[in-house]
Amino acid sequence: MGFPHFNELKKLSMENQIVDFVVTARKYKTLLTNKYKNRPLWHKHELGEVNSTLPGTVIRIMVKEGKDVKEGELLLILEAMKMMNRIAAPVSGTIKEILVKEGDKIRKAHLMIKIDPK
Amino acid sequence: MFLQNEGCREMKHYKSITMTELEKNIQALRARKAVVEKGGGEAAIEKQEAMGKLTARKRILSLLDPDSFHEYDMFVKHDGHDFGMEKKDFPGDGVVTGTGTIFGAPVCIYAQDFTVAGGSLGLQHARKITKIMDHALKMKCPIIGINDSGGARIQEGVQALAGYGEIFYRNTIASGVIPQISLILGPCAGGAVYSPALTDFVFVVENISKMFITGPNVIKTVLGEDISMEDLGGARVHAEITGNAHFYATSEQECFDQIKRLVSFIPWNNTKKAKSIEPKKPAAKQNIGNIIPADPKQPYDVRDIIQCLVDDSDFLEVQELWAANIVIGFGRMGGETIGFVANQPMVLAGVLDCDSSDKAARFIRFCDSFNIPIITLEDMPGYLPGVDQEHAGVIRHGAKVLYAYSEATVPKITVILRKAYGGGYIAMNSRHLGADFTFAWPTAEIAVMGPEGAANIIFRKEIMEADDQDVMRQQKVKEYIEKFANPYVAASKGFIDSVIEPKETRSLLLHALELSVLKEEYRPAKKHGLPPF
Repeated sequence: MGFPHFNELKKLSMENQIVDFVVTARKYKTLLTNKYKNRPLWHKHELGEVNSTLPGTVIRIMVKEGKDVKEGELLLILEAMKMMNRIAAPVSGTIKEILVKEGDKIRKAHLMIKIDPK
Repeated sequence: MFLQNEGCREMKHYKSITMTELEKNIQALRARKAVVEKGGGEAAIEKQEAMGKLTARKRILSLLDPDSFHEYDMFVKHDGHDFGMEKKDFPGDGVVTGTGTIFGAPVCIYAQDFTVAGGSLGLQHARKITKIMDHALKMKCPIIGINDSGGARIQEGVQALAGYGEIFYRNTIASGVIPQISLILGPCAGGAVYSPALTDFVFVVENISKMFITGPNVIKTVLGEDISMEDLGGARVHAEITGNAHFYATSEQECFDQIKRLVSFIPWNNTKKAKSIEPKKPAAKQNIGNIIPADPKQPYDVRDIIQCLVDDSDFLEVQELWAANIVIGFGRMGGETIGFVANQPMVLAGVLDCDSSDKAARFIRFCDSFNIPIITLEDMPGYLPGVDQEHAGVIRHGAKVLYAYSEATVPKITVILRKAYGGGYIAMNSRHLGADFTFAWPTAEIAVMGPEGAANIIFRKEIMEADDQDVMRQQKVKEYIEKFANPYVAASKGFIDSVIEPKETRSLLLHALELSVLKEEYRPAKKHGLPPF
């Protein structure tokens, strides 16, 4: 586990851990760190996706799939950081999918509800 | 008359008693000390040792010069009056404090004693720590803190919080005045983590150090995720992933040896220079001119170059495992301590990114605070491209390097070994940020960007219109390399003082250091600057 110690470095370079790595159109031969290899990959945030901004527990879900909601309408209650957080619809539209159940413990940035925006 | 006689008689009587009384008192003192020295008692000590941990006093004695430790405040009593605490006695209130020396250098030290109430921090425990910190700041000597504590003593409530706050305040006030060293030799969780985080060097030991804000239990309750203490905030995590730790050891003894070595490299306070030792030639057998591969895309270990430059090839690397794409650490030249900052082509091609910028900037500021000249060895292709980097704030983090170099008034010397492209060229202690000496090897490529990228932009039209675009691109890249990928364009503007041969490097650096012994440089008076934290 982990990144090699000083004296292990050269040994590793012999063992084909050296890879191509592109910086401004030029390919360099180099080792990668674990942190770099495990970096989070970015993906586009779609309008109408409701993600958790804190880790917590879903207490109550106020809407059902197929229901029309207005921007600002209460969707669910997420208990997080000792607070009952009211999660509201970011846009007006139809509830397309509910991806959590009451009682679910979820992480930060967990996709909870998808809305088809109008 | 009467009174005088009475006095004489009394005196005589008193004197004969004192000898035996004194002896009795001494015995009583020793007995009291022995109780405190037992800490939490044999069972607790056994438990401590079973975890591979030394007791607080043994740790201090292993770290300090023999017979140099003088303990303070052994008889301090705790300040808890609720929940039955008033009936309990905590020897030394769970922390050992005092003074001593390391290689003759005076230090103030404290060690939390996990065998006493889990090393928990109450008001008096904190007062002992802040007292020895105040002492260190007044005496202008380094402060060393050994953390091994279950956290705040809950029974003392807000008093415990007050204690932490008073420690953080002193860490901040002492910052840049005296070196501050933290050892994490046990749990250090919740608010307690912020004292080490405010200090200059944090030492961790495999399987012993545990550091986190919220522990595995809370994570389990909130998220239902199972993670061990080691995976959440063990030594390796802080040495490799978070960068909270500066030195990583596999045993407590190795950790103490690392600290002794570090103390030998740094000064006692910000008004002194680090102690110089007998100058020595580098011990490395390698030829400094043979380390860099001819192909600029091939990697090498920049520490091999440092080994060829420093006395006795003795280099103490700091934060070896974290952000390994930049190397920082201490070595000596001509017997004097020097701070090295070097891009590491072996890892991530030596790019600057959020972590390596933070790492370099903080180290540069340490060197500047404590009168340690900085030598920068440059070989970097630019900043790490990627959405994750941009969104993590590589602009804000990268700016710290510019700030730290520009702000520093200690002697600043740069040697450009190979690539110095774009913003990286400016950031790595360029002449423009106030370098005192700038050297470049003939292998240096100082340009606005890598040849491929530059050719793609400058000759875009020619490449697009060519029958064979690849051939044209290759040709234009070659043209660009010949014209710009060298040190002579920068040298022609005076941005580089001289282009030097690798084998001359050490002697020219020694010359530059000698020349800058009396360097004086001032900055406008201000309350403090606003580095992009």
